[in-house]
Amino acid sequence: MPVLLIHRRFQAFTTQLGEIFQLLVESVRSLRYERPSWKDFLNQLHFVGVKSQSVVITTGAATGMVLCAQTFLQFHKVKMDTATGAVVSIGMSSELGPVLAALMLTGRVGAAMTAELGTMKVTEQIDALRALAAHPVDTLVVPRFLALLASAPLLTAESVVVGIVSSWLVGVHLLGIDSAYYLVNMTRYTDPPDVMTGLIKSVVFGAIIAVVSCYKGLNCQGGAEGVGRATTEAVVAASISILITNFFLTLFLARVFYP
Amino acid sequence: MIEVRNVSKTFGTQQVLRGVSLDIERGEAVVIIGRSGGGKSILLKHLIGLLQPDSGTVRVDGEDITAMDERNLLRVRRKYGMLFQMAALFDSLTVEENVGFVLRRQGLESEAEIRRRVAEALEMVELPGIGHKMPSELSGGMRKRVGLARAIVYRPEIVLYDEPTTGLDPIAADNIDRLIRRVWETLHVTSIAVTHDMKSARTISNRILMLHEGRIYSEGPTAEILESADPVIHRFVNGISTPQKPN
Repeated sequence: MPVLLIHRRFQAFTTQLGEIFQLLVESVRSLRYERPSWKDFLNQLHFVGVKSQSVVITTGAATGMVLCAQTFLQFHKVKMDTATGAVVSIGMSSELGPVLAALMLTGRVGAAMTAELGTMKVTEQIDALRALAAHPVDTLVVPRFLALLASAPLLTAESVVVGIVSSWLVGVHLLGIDSAYYLVNMTRYTDPPDVMTGLIKSVVFGAIIAVVSCYKGLNCQGGAEGVGRATTEAVVAASISILITNFFLTLFLARVFYP
Repeated sequence: MIEVRNVSKTFGTQQVLRGVSLDIERGEAVVIIGRSGGGKSILLKHLIGLLQPDSGTVRVDGEDITAMDERNLLRVRRKYGMLFQMAALFDSLTVEENVGFVLRRQGLESEAEIRRRVAEALEMVELPGIGHKMPSELSGGMRKRVGLARAIVYRPEIVLYDEPTTGLDPIAADNIDRLIRRVWETLHVTSIAVTHDMKSARTISNRILMLHEGRIYSEGPTAEILESADPVIHRFVNGISTPQKPN
């Protein structure tokens, strides 16, 4: 029996994975069939990009400050205080900035997208859309997908910059690191590929959040309970996908930028 | 115009449709009656391709829509308007935006022309001047009428009604019935409704099909079906539950 259960769960998992990939392909194909509505795109851009700033800035600042303090406390033991800025900068640009911004976006934006589309599904609004000869992917998924592709790298860059500035404030003004050494080491060891790595990751994470959240919303079943379940599943699935993808992207992009 | 042949549909372990076959001609006003949970709405959704059958075919003007993907179905669905059971208005749009949704998507007409046609459709359903309201501000009957305006504003050839009077008080239900009748008479559409409201069926149809145990049990002119002596039809039409056998 446990084997059968594992087999069924694996089958359900691979089926969902295939359907999510199909939704991604359909979203890209949709651009060929229909020009996305500017109004819908700008609405989503405002919701995803503008309204997420406070969350992303807070996350970036908190992460930069903690990373600076922890790095300093360890490096101070071996008298490498001035390398703190470099570690924070590389860590924020290529790893923590994109991953934490994406996780915060999953919670704020992904959950809202799933809940909205899920509610539309259970109240037959998606069927009404289809009955009115409108493809749900063209109308609902593509504006959200494009808004996340555009917003995620900008929000990540904002989070990284705020994190680095916060770390400088903590390192220089609280922990007593010399500002000149802090900045020189930061710029010496942070290469453009580190920044590029973070930005590329953020675009991929944006796509994951959009596709997984929309998929869970469009396939929501049941009433209010179903919407709640779909929202939880979307946040969990997108978060885990981001963490797993991050590992492989780190390896892949390191090979690309540092062959 | 619409030919359904041996359509079967199963959800999980429950077989809802068991080989349904029916024909609907252009310009007819057809009502499909049957018990609640008997698959009427499921059958209606097959007619517009919102659901695909496990087996069987649905042909619209000779085209088999069961073999079409979602993108090709969009073309066929332009022939249809549909009023959903709970109206299914887009709750983030105003009444005016809901009714004008298809016209704006098609982008074939000027904004002034779209506004004129939306106002005309709202006038037809006796709700002039409510275009600025949100769906949440409307009563159940008003929502259905707005749903009807949205379904007819682009002049479809076929209009589907899913339980049009469910959840309405008798006066609101009669109002909807009269509107459906008027739409059929003035716009010359093919009208297909599913309902278990016999008063409604009498008003809005000229032919009735009865769905029973997953199949079309009987069909005929409205008066003939409503006065049928067949025990299954008679019990349903007159709302008589299955007689209890004595212990």
